[in-house]
Amino acid sequence: MTQLALVIDLNVCVGCHACVTSCKEWNTSGSAGPLYDENPYGADPTGTFFNRVQTYEIGEFPNSETLHFPKSCLHCEDPPCVPVCPTGASYKRKQDGIVLVDYDKCIGCKYCTWACPYGAREIDEKQQVMKKCTLCVDRIYDMTMPEADRKPSCVKACPTSARLFGDIHDPESVVSKAIREDGGYALMPEWGTHPANHYLPRRKTHIKIHQDELERADNPLKVDRQLPKPGKGESSMEDVSAW
Amino acid sequence: MYLPGKQTMKPAFSVIFLTTLIGAGQGLFLALFTHQSYALFGLLPMQSDAFYGYGGLLVLLLLAGGLVASFFHLGRPERAWRSATQWRTSWLSREVIALPAFMGMALLYAGLHLTGIRPEVVTLPSGLLIDLSIVIGVIATLLAFVLFICTGMIYACLRFLREWHTPLTVINYTLMGGASGFTLAALYAATSAPTEAGFFAGWALIITLLAFVGRFASLARNARLKPKSTIQTAIGVKHPRIAQRSMGFMGGSFNTREFFHGKSPAFLRTIKPAFLLLAFVLPMALLALGLYTPALLTFAFIVQYIGLLAERWFFFAQANHPQNLYYQTIG
Repeated sequence: MTQLALVIDLNVCVGCHACVTSCKEWNTSGSAGPLYDENPYGADPTGTFFNRVQTYEIGEFPNSETLHFPKSCLHCEDPPCVPVCPTGASYKRKQDGIVLVDYDKCIGCKYCTWACPYGAREIDEKQQVMKKCTLCVDRIYDMTMPEADRKPSCVKACPTSARLFGDIHDPESVVSKAIREDGGYALMPEWGTHPANHYLPRRKTHIKIHQDELERADNPLKVDRQLPKPGKGESSMEDVSAW
Repeated sequence: MYLPGKQTMKPAFSVIFLTTLIGAGQGLFLALFTHQSYALFGLLPMQSDAFYGYGGLLVLLLLAGGLVASFFHLGRPERAWRSATQWRTSWLSREVIALPAFMGMALLYAGLHLTGIRPEVVTLPSGLLIDLSIVIGVIATLLAFVLFICTGMIYACLRFLREWHTPLTVINYTLMGGASGFTLAALYAATSAPTEAGFFAGWALIITLLAFVGRFASLARNARLKPKSTIQTAIGVKHPRIAQRSMGFMGGSFNTREFFHGKSPAFLRTIKPAFLLLAFVLPMALLALGLYTPALLTFAFIVQYIGLLAERWFFFAQANHPQNLYYQTIG
């Protein structure tokens, strides 16, 4: 069984929103119709997005750090939004685990958003149907594209490679290895939704330097004893030589 | 309007009217059929077919009103028929089936009484004659309870909306619907069968008291709830001091519109005692007085219905959605 997912490395995300704009660009241009924006150039713009980058401050100044946190549908392995849907518009694909909305069946009752603890779904105010991240399902299987491009738009856009994409059920995939080796975790594990998307934590690189690495134990000066230091008034080598 | 901070779900008036109107309709039907059952066993004088028949039509009117209100909640009402398909998993889908089923039975019940077509179905050994209106009444009664369970479970089944995730939600929907229905029955009887108004008002008083106890219990429970999700579990960082600096956009989104009611804490503090007073305390007093002064029963129902609208608003506004953890700071 396949479960496609994103793994987002918070250690390298710089909060540039490139994934947000590339996601919007790809998904507003597809055959499913635009992601509606209201007053995009007006005083009070608002619109439908699949992906948002948020920023958090952890700790208190001066001991604080900034965390940029991209958030989109987590494609839960046990998605609470799916069984509550009265029309069957929300469903989880058996073949790859992507949670999708059938825009032709959705009645816009918004019950699924009540059932999603992550706030991953946004209604399209124009089409009046629920929308959410599709993992670029119209892209990742598009055989007319070069294989390197068959990845979600956000993954392709990330300038720091903070977004990994793959099958988390395949132990050898890049995402499984990242989760396993770099401490990948799920959001709000308390609800048992088993999100497929994982996050890699901020990791600080500490170098441990021992004293004997700063001062060589085999320093000839140590081995042969320190040479006698000339007195303050006496001439030294610096006075007579250019080196 | 979006106000960041500790705010909770924005109540939808379509759903407020849906749940209060059908609740009163179900309650009214239960009241009418309770009376008919009492009368069948000779405990009360059997009323005319017109009394039960027009009462049944009133039930239908309330249910239809609720159904119309529910359509205003949908973005694509023309596809509403699809919502009956997922009854295996969705309580909302089950409600969508139970409501018209109950309406059909209520229509049949009213129709049988108004046309006077009441074919005998069976005569019990005791000599009790069971006609079709009784059989339909029993089925409709069961459906009324099924509908209460469906409506309550729509909210009670959402495990992380912890204010709702309790059996009290289903119990209270049933009791509050029953209370308003019996109060309306008392008012209806006061105008069309004055001798029976006391029976309905007495039961309305008891059910309103039970509903008061149930609602008070859920308020007490909710006041003690500690959130399971925190900003720490939301972003997966273990640090006691985390503050959002940006939610990622400044113009608002569906998430800030649907899950923040934008009312002041003072408003919330006011509406809680207000609905307790209007939905339970005042109606109980008016029902008690109405036993002697039937004219007050009109006020009892109107006050209680307004109180239940406020109660339902508060019910939604009290639900603390974990997604709000992600939407705390515009930036």
